[in-house]
Amino acid sequence: MAATLVEKIFSRRCGHPVRAGDVIMAPVDCAMIHDITGPLAVQKFREMGGKRVFDPEKIVLLFDHQIPADSLPAAENHVFMRRFAVEQNIHNLDIKEGICHQVVMERGRAGPGEIVVGADSHTCMYGAAGAFSTGIGSTDMGFVLKFGALYFRVPTTIRLEIEGAFCPRVGPKDLILAIAGEIGADGANYQALEFAGGTIETMDMAGRMTCCNMAVEMGAKAGIVPPDGITWEYLRARRQVNPFTLSSDRDAEFTSVHRFDAERLSPKVAVPHNVDQVVDVEKVAGTSIDQVFIGSCTNGRFEDLREAAEVLGNRSFHASVRVLVIPASRLEYLKALRAGLIEQFVAAGALVEAPCCGPCMGGAFGLLAPGEVSLSTSNRNFRGRQGSAESLVYLCSPATAAASAIRGEITDPREV
Amino acid sequence: MKIEGRALCLGLDIDTDVIIAGRYLRTKDRSEWARHAFEDLDPSLAQRLEGTVIIAGKNFGCGSSREQAAIALKEAGVRGVIAPSFARIFFRNAINIGLPVIECECTCSDNEAVSADPGTGAVTIGTHTYHTRPLSPRMLEILSAGGLVAYWRGRR
Repeated sequence: MAATLVEKIFSRRCGHPVRAGDVIMAPVDCAMIHDITGPLAVQKFREMGGKRVFDPEKIVLLFDHQIPADSLPAAENHVFMRRFAVEQNIHNLDIKEGICHQVVMERGRAGPGEIVVGADSHTCMYGAAGAFSTGIGSTDMGFVLKFGALYFRVPTTIRLEIEGAFCPRVGPKDLILAIAGEIGADGANYQALEFAGGTIETMDMAGRMTCCNMAVEMGAKAGIVPPDGITWEYLRARRQVNPFTLSSDRDAEFTSVHRFDAERLSPKVAVPHNVDQVVDVEKVAGTSIDQVFIGSCTNGRFEDLREAAEVLGNRSFHASVRVLVIPASRLEYLKALRAGLIEQFVAAGALVEAPCCGPCMGGAFGLLAPGEVSLSTSNRNFRGRQGSAESLVYLCSPATAAASAIRGEITDPREV
Repeated sequence: MKIEGRALCLGLDIDTDVIIAGRYLRTKDRSEWARHAFEDLDPSLAQRLEGTVIIAGKNFGCGSSREQAAIALKEAGVRGVIAPSFARIFFRNAINIGLPVIECECTCSDNEAVSADPGTGAVTIGTHTYHTRPLSPRMLEILSAGGLVAYWRGRR
């Protein structure tokens, strides 16, 4: 019987054929916990009688949201998790490596056909590696830490077919914002989003990560790209691989199929306070901004920083704007450093911070005061997301962020 | 099981950042989460949550996976949440910590009497009764036990 990519992954890991809608217990290949949701997950693990975790080798543990510890409670959370890592013999990456999702990907901890869970909603990003990956709460994570398995309802799939080449200064972030605008904030609730078509087939891993990362902004349980040569090549540098074919059957049953023409896309901006309120950049061009944030698990990779740097050239950022650049991981930071991008940003007036989530969650630094406006390459523009409930967050691509930071107002990157 | 309380009506796409802001996630003190629930929507709301059933629009609990959002509501005395749809992580978190959630599209005014049964799918607001899909037997068992931890302990 014809099956979707996601049905095939669950069938493979359960050892028997499963269909969308089935509720099954499936083994977990990797589980990720961090400083914000980890302490509660550990507490739940213990309340469930947990003594030893199912497999310390299959757990990625690190801190990225409030680092370096920005307060005493944060420092105490870190100590709590460090002790747990020592007690359970889990390799602790601590505050040193960067944002959890980027680190899982760059260490090859998610691969085609695997099931990965993380106590963070943007865990859906690892679909870029052909894994079924999804965000879960702390109680579910406590259960996973103990049993190494979890109940899942196998999701139905919405297929997105994207064809055509992007115009200059338009890219994956503009695409995924356009998709969010069309599908809506809950249009993929409980479902998987499968990205396919010529645009995806030629897209690099960084772009695929940006797309899969934001699947949850449409309510999706997972975003996924069928693994291909680009996926296997990325993984080969990170782990042992034995390439195999994994894709939806041609006659598989999808809830719906949506087609997008990448060539016709212009730069997009999501306006406050919903990710699906997406407009062409022209509609909001001229909006005055106080802060620009280039970073996050959505757009903090080398490719994103390079995109921003290309727009910037040898110009300076506008005097009225605070520009925060935060690479997604230590390795991405090093790449940017060696390519001269960091010097370029600092010379232009930016603050370059060490790899972490930064202002994205509004829990650490770089917060906005009432009335302030941020333009951000991150994934959420909810009320109060980056500080005051009276501040405004607009979402965009690294190119749009850089162009706007030069002019001090939201700017079409094709104009600078 | 039955949930009863007075209606608190909220809008569409209520996200977990609005339920409990990121700046309050450092602590493990549940009462702190309850005190700051919905602060960015209306700072006075947290004090009025005790004894309410939240009646909201579609996609309640969208965004972050933070279980602290569901815990904040339960800790503040919210008896349950009724909405046409929930974001999947919030829905699962709510069941896991023993906060009743019911998928039902209904209209309401603040403070109307609400009585609902997740086991039968009957929801009465004021004088009007709606019939919606009941929760699965497994979810009801978890809810009745007070959450997944208690449910799992009871089965051992």
